[in-house]
This record gives sequence, structure tokens and C-alpha cells, in this order.
Amino acid sequence: MKETVSENNPRKAWMGLLAKAPEGRVAALFDAEISRPAFTWLRAPEIGSAMVRARAGATGAPFNLGEMTITRCALTLETGEVGHSYIQGRRKADAEVAALVDALMQTPMASRMREAVLEPLEAGMATMKAARAAKAAATKVDFFTMTRGED
Amino acid sequence: MYVAVKGGERAIENAHAWLAEERRGNMDVAELSIAQIREQLSLAVNRVMAEGSLYDPDLAALAIKQARGDLIEAIFLIRAYRTTLPRFGASEPVDTRIMACDRRISATFKDLPGGQVLGPTFDYTHRLLDFKLAADGEVSKAPSRDAETGTVPHVTEFLNREGLIEEAPHDDTPPPDLTREPLEMPADRALRLQALTRADEGFTLGLAYSTQRGYGRNHAFVGELRIGSVPVEMDIPELGFAVEIGEVILTECETVNQFTGSKTEPPQFTRGYGLVFGQTERKAISMALVDRALRWEELGEDNVGAPAQDAEFVLYHADNIQATGFLEHIKLPHYVDFQSELELVRKLRREAGAQQVQEAAE
Repeated sequence: MKETVSENNPRKAWMGLLAKAPEGRVAALFDAEISRPAFTWLRAPEIGSAMVRARAGATGAPFNLGEMTITRCALTLETGEVGHSYIQGRRKADAEVAALVDALMQTPMASRMREAVLEPLEAGMATMKAARAAKAAATKVDFFTMTRGED
Repeated sequence: MYVAVKGGERAIENAHAWLAEERRGNMDVAELSIAQIREQLSLAVNRVMAEGSLYDPDLAALAIKQARGDLIEAIFLIRAYRTTLPRFGASEPVDTRIMACDRRISATFKDLPGGQVLGPTFDYTHRLLDFKLAADGEVSKAPSRDAETGTVPHVTEFLNREGLIEEAPHDDTPPPDLTREPLEMPADRALRLQALTRADEGFTLGLAYSTQRGYGRNHAFVGELRIGSVPVEMDIPELGFAVEIGEVILTECETVNQFTGSKTEPPQFTRGYGLVFGQTERKAISMALVDRALRWEELGEDNVGAPAQDAEFVLYHADNIQATGFLEHIKLPHYVDFQSELELVRKLRREAGAQQVQEAAE
């Protein structure tokens, strides 16, 4: 697998985060911070699918599991930076703002974007994940042995 | 054969108008929203996504509403919609080792790293109707406990260390895709798994049950069953690297099957694999049993003639949309066909009658 580890590829990390964001969340964070910059479309938001693959026996040969809906778009800021987005679901407005964040992360605005959008987004999603994991942990079986032979 | 018949347009229009009214039901009862279906009938939504072969909970919920709860009709709607979507690419194979597990159990090992996590299961409920649900929607908050972080290893990895179980060696052969090429025999395992993961749950369950009852018995244990979310990563050509494009909830079942060895394989445990969109446990276990039964040839087992061993039988009858399409078309006008059948029967009866008269005369 052509693995570019996310730690070594911050763009991969933020694009992944934007792809999984809850509906409307990125726009809410973004619009609370700055007004939207002007841009031109390279590719207007478009809804399509991705074929999700898996491996037989988790580690063997790949097979096609089924498709998922995704939305993608690409845009150029007036300053020339190109922003891309590939996000889950059918969400054209979310794809647009995700591509704007991607583009602005390549400008001097990056640290502001990180603080105002990416960090709260990541924190919110981590909280949701942790809450789920904690509920799962509460259903973990603690076995205790009633009687045992040998020892 | 059916022929185009003119007429009936008004009847059809009126039938559809009445359908819409019946779908809505009594107007004194509040209308269902898509979000309500998605959140509160989530296992129906999961089934529609799995068999519709398209992961999108909102679309599946819409399809269920439109289909008045007829899940096969809803699956049909999703399959039809799916064909309208341009496909942007195929993902990297998902890595279920990094699944954020809501549930993870093993029937073969009590104490295993990561533990037995029950998750939101119907198991151990008493299957008594809960009339509280008819009264109000109040629920108490589910308890929490500090969670361990880190990945949860697969059970088969422990058995692998002793060499007691067949390996699933890494392989990067591009898989065939039955949504692009018609399903043809012989079908390799990748194609069989694709067909099974979108197969009808009832059909798959019935076949899996038949193997347990002795029709191609393969002594399956649930080595592991896990449900949770995994990230999906896809290579983006314009970027030159892969990014996560979302995450999906999957149910994975690995069976560990007794195997006494064959001409080509030593005695060891063998494996069946089930992986299905959503929380779809019954389907994933069924898939794993049927997958294992279909592997008889590559494992050098005998074909005992069991239905679950017959790839052609299984794969050509497992798709409920194909099946219902062909089954239900016989209710459409077949007037001309039937006229000729009628003529044929009349002719045969005339001939039989004439023969009887002749025999009586002799």
C-alpha cells in the first residue's frame, strides 16, 4: 500500500477530518470565524460513489464490499491556491466549505483555520468517539471463575 | 413474453395516487420523518444499505419510507438510484483491525486481548414485548466506563501463531466486480464474497442453517464477531495520495471451522468470512458459513451435493432484486402467451378426446 502516514502528511490528516465531519459543522465553525473568500470552481460540487473494498479473512485478497456516496469538488482562491474535497455523503454545501478550508490551509491563514475550524472539529469528533467507546467498555464482560479443577 | 398493451393509463395514475394516500396512512397520526427512520429503525436502514449495496443511511431511510416499510422494495429503490451515480473510484481495502468496536465477542476464547464486549445487543434480552415503548420514549442513559485505547487484534491472529489455522495471505489482485461484469461461473472467492455481502438475508440465513443441520456440515464456531466503524481511504489521483473519504459501520464475522485435512491441506482450522455494511449480525454470520461451504473445492473437500456447496445455485439465487424482478414479472400482462397456452391445452384435450372415442370404438 502506498502509505503516506498522516503525521507526515498534514494535508491528508485535515482532508480526512473534513470528510468525516458531521453535516453543517465545518460551515458553522468557518462562518463564525471569517467571511468566505472569493474563489472560482475547478470542479463544481458533484455527487457520486466510491466502491468500498475489503479483504477476505480481513488480511487476504481484496473484494468489492459495496459503494458509499461521496461528494467532491475543487476550487481556486484568487491568490491561486487550489482546494480539494472528497467527503462522505451527498453534501454539496459541506464539500464547498471543506475545499475552502483545504485551500486556506495552504495560505498564511493556515494557523487561524487550524484553531478556528480543525481543532474544535477534531475535539468534537474525538469526544463523540470516546463517549461511544466508553459505552462499549461498560458492556465488557468481567468473568469470574466459580470453581476450577487443577489449581 | 409480454406485449405492450394500450389503455389503463388512468387506472395506473389513480392506483399510484391511492398508493401515496395509503403510504401516508391516517392523517391524524404524525408523519414519519427520514431522520426518525434513520435513528429509530436503524437495523432496517442497515439491511437496506447492505443489500442495496450503497452506504448512505439517509437514502436508505428515504427508501424505506417510500416503500412503506417493504425492505425488498426499498433495496430495489436504492439499487436503481445507485446506477445513476458516477463512480469516482475504489477505496483501499478497509482495515478491520483498526475498527472502533461497539461490539466484539468470541465464542471460542473466553479471555482474549481486548475482552468480550457485548455492545448494544438483543442477546440476553427476554424477548418479551416491552409495553413501556408504547407509552413514552424516555430512556435511561447507558453507563460508561474508561475505555482502553489501541487496536483490538483479531482472534485468528492468536491461532495463526500456533499454525493451527489456515492463513489469509496478503494479496493485491484487483477484484472482479459484479456490478460491472455479469456474474459468471466459476466465481472466485472475491466475486462470491461480493455477491454474498449484498445477498438476501433470509436466503443466506436459510442456506447457512442448512449447513448446520447437515447439508454440507462444516462445524463452524464464531471465532469472532465485531461491529464498529472503520475509516475508508481512497487514492485521489489529483493529489497523488490517499485520503479518508469517510467511515462506515461494518459487521465482521470470522468463523473457525473444524477440518480434518484433505489431499491438499493438513489438519487445521479453516475459515469462513462475513463482512456486511451496518450492524447486521445475523447476515454476517450467515455469510461466513456460506462462504466456508462454498470453499470446498479449494480446500480439497468432497462435494456432498449440498445446496450451500453449489456456487451456481447459491450465487444465482441470492440476489433478492433479481429474484423478485423475475418472480413478480409473471403478474404483468401475459395475455398473448396465455392465449397460446390456452389454444395448446384445448388442442391436447381435443386430441385426447378423439383418441378415447377411437379406443371406445375399437
